[in-house]
This record gives sequence, structure tokens and C-alpha cells, in this order.
Amino acid sequence: MRSITKFYCATFLLLGFFSCKNNSQTNLPIYGEREAVEKTVDGKKIVDTLYHTIPPFKLLNQDSAMISDKDFDGKVYVANFFFTHCPSICPTMNRNLLKIYQQYKDNDEVRFLSHSIDFKYDQPYVLKDYANKLGVSNNHWQFVSGTKAEIYGLANQYLVYTAEDKNAPGGYDHQGYLVLIDKDKRIRGAYDGTNDEQVKKLMNDLPSLLSEAKK
Amino acid sequence: MRILLTTCLAIGTLLLMLIGCQSEVDIKTAQYAVNGQKVYLTHCQNCHGEKGEGLGNLYPPLTDTTFFQANRPKLACIIKHGTSGELEVAGKKFNSVMPASNLSAVDIAYVLTYINTKINKGKESFPLDEVEKNLKNCQ
Repeated sequence: MRSITKFYCATFLLLGFFSCKNNSQTNLPIYGEREAVEKTVDGKKIVDTLYHTIPPFKLLNQDSAMISDKDFDGKVYVANFFFTHCPSICPTMNRNLLKIYQQYKDNDEVRFLSHSIDFKYDQPYVLKDYANKLGVSNNHWQFVSGTKAEIYGLANQYLVYTAEDKNAPGGYDHQGYLVLIDKDKRIRGAYDGTNDEQVKKLMNDLPSLLSEAKK
Repeated sequence: MRILLTTCLAIGTLLLMLIGCQSEVDIKTAQYAVNGQKVYLTHCQNCHGEKGEGLGNLYPPLTDTTFFQANRPKLACIIKHGTSGELEVAGKKFNSVMPASNLSAVDIAYVLTYINTKINKGKESFPLDEVEKNLKNCQ
């Protein structure tokens, strides 16, 4: 009797092990709201999941050129929200993002996208000067600006809080998340750019997202 | 009895020597540096970095001791009122705006002592009366 129980236990353990292995390619979650939709594929009805994705956008970059979501098609990218004369969290956040940029700037599959939330002051030439001084040497890291509605609306899509606030240092309140976006424009991670532990996690997650995309 | 007395005297002398070694100035510098670390964390570290390394050509490093010595009387004013225009630090040119901190004289003395003794491993502290005197002469 005992041996039968043991046998079952072992079988279940093995089953559990295999199912885990087959299910997921990486351990990175997919963030945001999702819905189930019914689709007809080859005459059969199937249920598919629609994930939250970053919607199309068109914004002016540091070279006064219009860039859009198309420039990020098929790329893994890290997005954040900042402003150039931000006295609080931005320098730390961009200091950390710079470390990751320096590692990946020559990797054509990786991009960086910083949105300025100071729609009054951060004109393209201000952003260009900032990027140069920070040490950004190619166009794999884009600095964009737009109207308040465009940028703050996008921030919501990236699930990052941004607001104009007279009481906040520099006049704007925002979260310092570095948001990791996959090749299908889904949010796969959000890391506090001022926290060394979380930045390290991003450094680990980025290569695993890149290898997932290859499968 | 005599042995006991000698031992006591010997231990007493040793203790006195130990206390005597740590002069009052050192203790004060250490106190200033500990308080200065808190000020540094809240007001300086975001831009100038944990180790005073600065950030690219945006924010200058605080590790250029030559700059520190040459500009010693101006440092308190820079921290209090901010600065703008071109600055040459550690052989690089910087041209960014540093906002005013409006820190009190004592906080400025704390943070300058922290930068000088902890980040730069120097020995000199910035006494409060020196900072107060410098602040009166800000341009």
C-alpha cells in the first residue's frame, strides 16, 4: 500500500515539474489589464487573451525629428519619465539608466525612451544638450517631448504616475519607474530607478526578455 | 598592596593616554561628518552621486580637492544660493544650473565637513564660524 502512495507522489511531482517547464518561457509577468476575446482561426472558435499594450504615438525627439511607436517595432525598450532641471529623483534614475545604456547601446534590439514631463521648458534643443552632457552617443536613447495631454496620457499607458504639482520639487511630481517593454509593446516590468536592488533586477530581466523574444 | 597600587596607576595612565589621543577637534569633526551625511543624502546625492562622482558633463564631481582648496571661501555661498555659468572642475568644463538649497549655516558646515573628510578623505573640517563668515561675503 505504501509503495503505491509513494509511486503516486513521485508521478505528481514529475508532472508538476514538466508542466512548469512547458508553460512559461521566462518568469517575467505581463502587466496591465487584459481581456479574453473569441477568435475564429481555421474555422474553429478559440479564446485568446488581449494584453495591455502601449498605444501608437508620435513625438518630437531631441533632434526635432518626429519619432513614433514604429521606431520601436521589434525592439525591447526601457521607458521613463523625467525632466531636465528635476532636482529630486531624475538624476539618480538617469544615472542608473545610463549604466544600462552603456551596456546595450550597440545592441540593435534594445532601445531607451525618456519622456520629458516638463512640456513648457524641455524643448528639443534643451533635451539635446541634456543627452550630450549625460553621455548619450547614439540614437538608441531617444528623449522626447510633447503636449501635456500627449505625455501625461502616455504615462498612464506605461502605468507611471505623473502630475504638475507646485509643491513638488521642480514643479512636477512623478514616479521614477524604468518600464521594460517587450517586442509586442507589452509591459513586462517596472523598476524603481532610484533603488539599486531593483535596477540590478532590471539588468537581469533585460537579457532574459531578449532571449525570450528569440524563441 | 604595593603591587595593587602600581597596577592601578598603570591602568589609569593608559586610560588617560587613550582619551587624550582623541582630541576635541577630531570628535567635533566626526560629529559634523555624521550630521553632514544626512544633509548630503537629502540635498546633494541625487545629482552629485553617492561617492561624489557627479554625472557626465551635467553635474560636476566633488572629488576635485584642488578646486575645493582654491574655492574654499566660495563653497558655502554656492551651496546656499546655487550657481550658474561655466565652471571648470576636474579638468572638465561644466555649464549647468545648480539650484539654491537655502540650507542653514550649520547644515552647510556639516555637509562641507562630510564631503571633505568622508568623500575626499581629507582631515580639515569646516567650522561653523568660518561658514558664517563666508556666507556674509556672498556675491
